[in-house]
Amino acid sequence: MIRITPPIDNATIKQLHAGDKVLLSGTILTARDQAHIRLVKDQATDLDLKGAVIYYVGPTPARPGEIIGASGPTSSYRMDSLSVPLMERGVKMMIGKGNRSKAFRNAMIENNAVYMIATGGAGALLSSKIKSVRVIKYEDLGTEAVHALEVEDFPCFVAYDVHGKSIFKGDV
Amino acid sequence: MRTVSAEKLTKAVKDSLIKINYELDNSLVTLLKKAKSKETSNLSKSILDDILENQALARDRKAPLCQDTGVAVIFVEHGLDVRLDGNLDDAINAGVRLAYDEGYLRKSVVQHPFNRENTKDNTPAIIHTKLVDGDQIKLKIASKGAGSENMSKVVMLTPSDGIEGVKKLVLDTIFDAGGKPCPPIIVGIGVGGNFEKSAMLAKEAILRDLDDSNPDPSLNALEKELLSEINALGVGPMGVGGETTCLAVKINTFPMHIASLPVAINIQCHSARHMEVTL
Repeated sequence: MIRITPPIDNATIKQLHAGDKVLLSGTILTARDQAHIRLVKDQATDLDLKGAVIYYVGPTPARPGEIIGASGPTSSYRMDSLSVPLMERGVKMMIGKGNRSKAFRNAMIENNAVYMIATGGAGALLSSKIKSVRVIKYEDLGTEAVHALEVEDFPCFVAYDVHGKSIFKGDV
Repeated sequence: MRTVSAEKLTKAVKDSLIKINYELDNSLVTLLKKAKSKETSNLSKSILDDILENQALARDRKAPLCQDTGVAVIFVEHGLDVRLDGNLDDAINAGVRLAYDEGYLRKSVVQHPFNRENTKDNTPAIIHTKLVDGDQIKLKIASKGAGSENMSKVVMLTPSDGIEGVKKLVLDTIFDAGGKPCPPIIVGIGVGGNFEKSAMLAKEAILRDLDDSNPDPSLNALEKELLSEINALGVGPMGVGGETTCLAVKINTFPMHIASLPVAINIQCHSARHMEVTL
């Protein structure tokens, strides 16, 4: 078990190996399809992505008195090409589910970043690790807006590491 | 002629959608527990632990199991001797609207393929209506997420591809999908009919009871054979490798053209959310 608090540096990335279980604590950003399109198009220089963690999630609405609804990962492959310019701007870790393209993996290694998976469909469980939520960009996107989440012991696994290894069956 | 009120149908749709999004079916939970006992690696065990803990938490807290609360898919079997005192599609969509609002479910439907504007109430539902004998209205109600739906496909094979062609297509599709559709999955296969009929057969197949058996002995055997061959692929829970990739295979068939062998594969994630109600 490895504990990590963002922002993440290259030394931390190097220590991670496919299959490692990681508990994240601190601030992570959310973005999925539409937010990625805008972040890439807008450049969004007001958003500091140095050492940042991006979690691919679109939560269910919070009930009154709760912080957030179900918050499990969405499939990552849809963000493959859009992830590259964001890694070039400093993103060090992406959390989602499922395998991704070879082109993504190559760009990830080049940029010294890492791809993590959280358990898909475990939306209720993962939301219990989120301690606060605020919208920081593209509020009109609703569930797809960029949120800053404060998480505590958020569980995920290293899926692709910078050493070229993968957690997935069938990947070389 | 018997009359069913549209209001009652709306309430049944609403209540069912909320219930299925909070509570996983017991037969599914049993299969997931069995799958966990078969895993040998800590990683795949840990993922199945998360899935089992998640469903217990969702049930206790009356909270959605997954953030993708899906598109509502409703199969209606409408008896010829019963009359609904209102518009059927409107009554269903009213139920969807209420469920996704009052149940705090995510509204995931966009109006247009290109402007992607959210309809903000998760309508319209996808509704399939069939007229049948009798004086009842049966609703098969599902919330279908996109992760597994996006890994589904329809392929027009040729008759000479035969059963081996179908098997290869299924195994290739599931292997290529890897962890994306949230395995362990349930696989619905529609063989026959035509282009659109095969897709309908596959969708209905994933709505079958997990523990039913196919009344056609050859198809029953094929379901079992494919289940074990899919699991031999070793994709495993969330794609990380392991003993269980698939919990059940269901195959539905229909007569077809002499020149055709349409095959549809509809994949259902481990959060299989559907139920039946009869009014």
